[in-house]
Amino acid sequence: MTRDPFSRREQQRAAERKSFFDSLCNVSRRVFLQRAGQAAGIAMAASAFPPHSFQLVEFVTGGSPEAEPQVAFRFAYISDSHLFAKGMTHRFAKAALKAVDDINALDPQPDFVLYGGDLAQLGQREELQLGKQILSGVKAPLKMMVGEHDWFFDMGETWQDFFGKPTYSFDHKGTHFITLMSVNEKDFWTERKMTPMQRMQTVAGLDNGTQSRFEVGDAQRQWLAEDLKKVPKTTPVVVFSHSPLYKYYRNWNFWTDDAEQVQRLLFPYNSVTVIHGHTHQVLTNRIQNISFHGMLATAWPWPYAPEGLPKLTVQMDRVDPFDQFDGCGDGTLGCRKDGQLNMNYNLWSRNPMKVTYEEVASGKPAAPGPSY
Amino acid sequence: MSRPSGAISKLSAVLLVGAFSLLMGLLPLLSQSPIEYSLPLPSGVLPPIIPDDNPLTAEKVRLGQKLYFDARLSVDDKVSCATCHDPAKGFADGEVIAEGVGGKKGTRNSPTALDSAFNDLQFWDGRAPTLEEQAKGPLTNPVEMAMASNDAVVAKLQKIPEYPLLFQKAFGSDKITIDDVARAIASFERTLISFSSPFDRFISGDTSAISESAQRGWVLFNGKGRCNDCHGYVASLPTFTDNKFHNIGVAMHAGDFAELARKAAQSPESLSDLAHSPGFSELGRFLATKEPKDIGAYKTPGLRNIALTAPYMHDGSQRTLEDVIEFYNKGGENNPYLDGGIRPLNLTAEEKADLVEFLKTLTSDDLARFPKSGD
Repeated sequence: MTRDPFSRREQQRAAERKSFFDSLCNVSRRVFLQRAGQAAGIAMAASAFPPHSFQLVEFVTGGSPEAEPQVAFRFAYISDSHLFAKGMTHRFAKAALKAVDDINALDPQPDFVLYGGDLAQLGQREELQLGKQILSGVKAPLKMMVGEHDWFFDMGETWQDFFGKPTYSFDHKGTHFITLMSVNEKDFWTERKMTPMQRMQTVAGLDNGTQSRFEVGDAQRQWLAEDLKKVPKTTPVVVFSHSPLYKYYRNWNFWTDDAEQVQRLLFPYNSVTVIHGHTHQVLTNRIQNISFHGMLATAWPWPYAPEGLPKLTVQMDRVDPFDQFDGCGDGTLGCRKDGQLNMNYNLWSRNPMKVTYEEVASGKPAAPGPSY
Repeated sequence: MSRPSGAISKLSAVLLVGAFSLLMGLLPLLSQSPIEYSLPLPSGVLPPIIPDDNPLTAEKVRLGQKLYFDARLSVDDKVSCATCHDPAKGFADGEVIAEGVGGKKGTRNSPTALDSAFNDLQFWDGRAPTLEEQAKGPLTNPVEMAMASNDAVVAKLQKIPEYPLLFQKAFGSDKITIDDVARAIASFERTLISFSSPFDRFISGDTSAISESAQRGWVLFNGKGRCNDCHGYVASLPTFTDNKFHNIGVAMHAGDFAELARKAAQSPESLSDLAHSPGFSELGRFLATKEPKDIGAYKTPGLRNIALTAPYMHDGSQRTLEDVIEFYNKGGENNPYLDGGIRPLNLTAEEKADLVEFLKTLTSDDLARFPKSGD
């Protein structure tokens, strides 16, 4: 048998398999064998199939209740659908419907579902209407968050007509939730005499020097400070924001200009987590005591930016351009008894990824497992 | 990017066979140390992964060949590996669903043993990581070879006069174990490689090696047909499979698959509840990994010699290559876990025919060199 360089492939395979088995959830071997035995026993009794034809090899749980005993409650997310008004058979609509199906199939159902923003592609009424129709299929209560693609055609008129105010807060099972409109931009369109569509197209672009950077803005930061006044420091705080609320990559507006000022309002709290959209990728960051988790998009994945990637992030695999679902998906968040969150990524064409609070707090990225 | 500099020419194939026969003839005269067996691969093709505990030797291949064709490995002495993986039928069996002892049927179409050494995982659901593991499966499967247990297999072989000596030569002990049985069969199967097709000559530079229609088919394969997404040609591993698992909707044949899929996705722990549901086996790769993305997903098979191994798909539900192209052309069968790469293709009749012509060029012309019996 020939050795190097071909043994590299063998070693890689063996290493991949080892890391896969090592990374499995903490189900004890006894419990696993018990379940495997049960399944095989029942199947044998039913003579449904030769049991040794389908021996369970291993399994990975993506956030089932037994695997996360410290989770007090769960919510789900769907984000960044970027719908065109081309009916339910357009591939972005299909993807959004797939996410709705996923969330509806969760058992037990999540306490609520966050929609992470960018429901429409160009802020058109018909696009938002289609999105509203698709999301009406979600069984659990829906909490809406606005993205820039929803806003800059008519400066949020249709969005607010359909979904109400973009900034609000609520309390749920002892956690204080805040939804921000974090994609405001300083006016770049008036002096250039842009039409609404031109403004929208500008905001929709990347590597676009014309538009301003996203910001929460003075008025909303003031609102946030007021809102937080009544929240004890020991109450867990979860902030929903479309843009990351930190500075990742300026050219693509993976960026919030007044991020530091917003963070300063949040630092005093014992447990703070920011859940954001916009970046269409698995993304994890920690700044002092604030954890940041990016949501997956249903429409398309973004590549990782050439600089500024938070070192805690375990990158999702480079996607297959033939597969419209690769790098996309939806997911859930487990809210633990200590107020911190575990993030679950339900990637549609890959193994699920999970980021626990322990990993975030450790300051070291987890070892990546095999993605399929 | 380097390309294989040439498929095995007929002359070198003859020389190889001649050399091998000479070697086999000399065997009794040589010392007891095993003869390393080198797989004849085209240049640039990576050798298949061989487990460290089973280096390939001529003695193991010889023993494996004997076992492969030996129907005494089944409970009624009628079914051997070669029954379902028959050299005369492209090392498959031409059946929709494989038939084992007593004509019993399981749920799977027999895949070809040809080039199976290059699969990362074995079985349609990938539950066996090696050929060794796969070989053990059918032996005790009640609808395949139906032996009572691995011990029963071993006991039966131990009593057959010629085997203990062959095991001694191959493994250094005449006490037979099931793992050595599997190692021998796997070693024989590793020699079933086939890289001498018209396509191989074409890709090496001979533009006359395949017809115009097939050449158009090759362009479509990598273009409008989108076949290369999962069946992509890679020069260093030219078996036309990505070794991954995809749901293309074949499982939709099994009654209410979508409902079964939803139940399975809700909680993997409900597997034992589902076990007696009709169509359970259609969950495919999910049964090995319990990942919802694997529901109804099956291993991408290789395409070498595909013209010889009809019918197609994990359940043999597509009778001909034309049927397969039609299936993909319409976008597979929609279901909640349909792979994101599947979509209607809008191929014309000529394009469909060109793709079929291309697929036919993947038949290796050196398959006659393989043994047809255990001798």
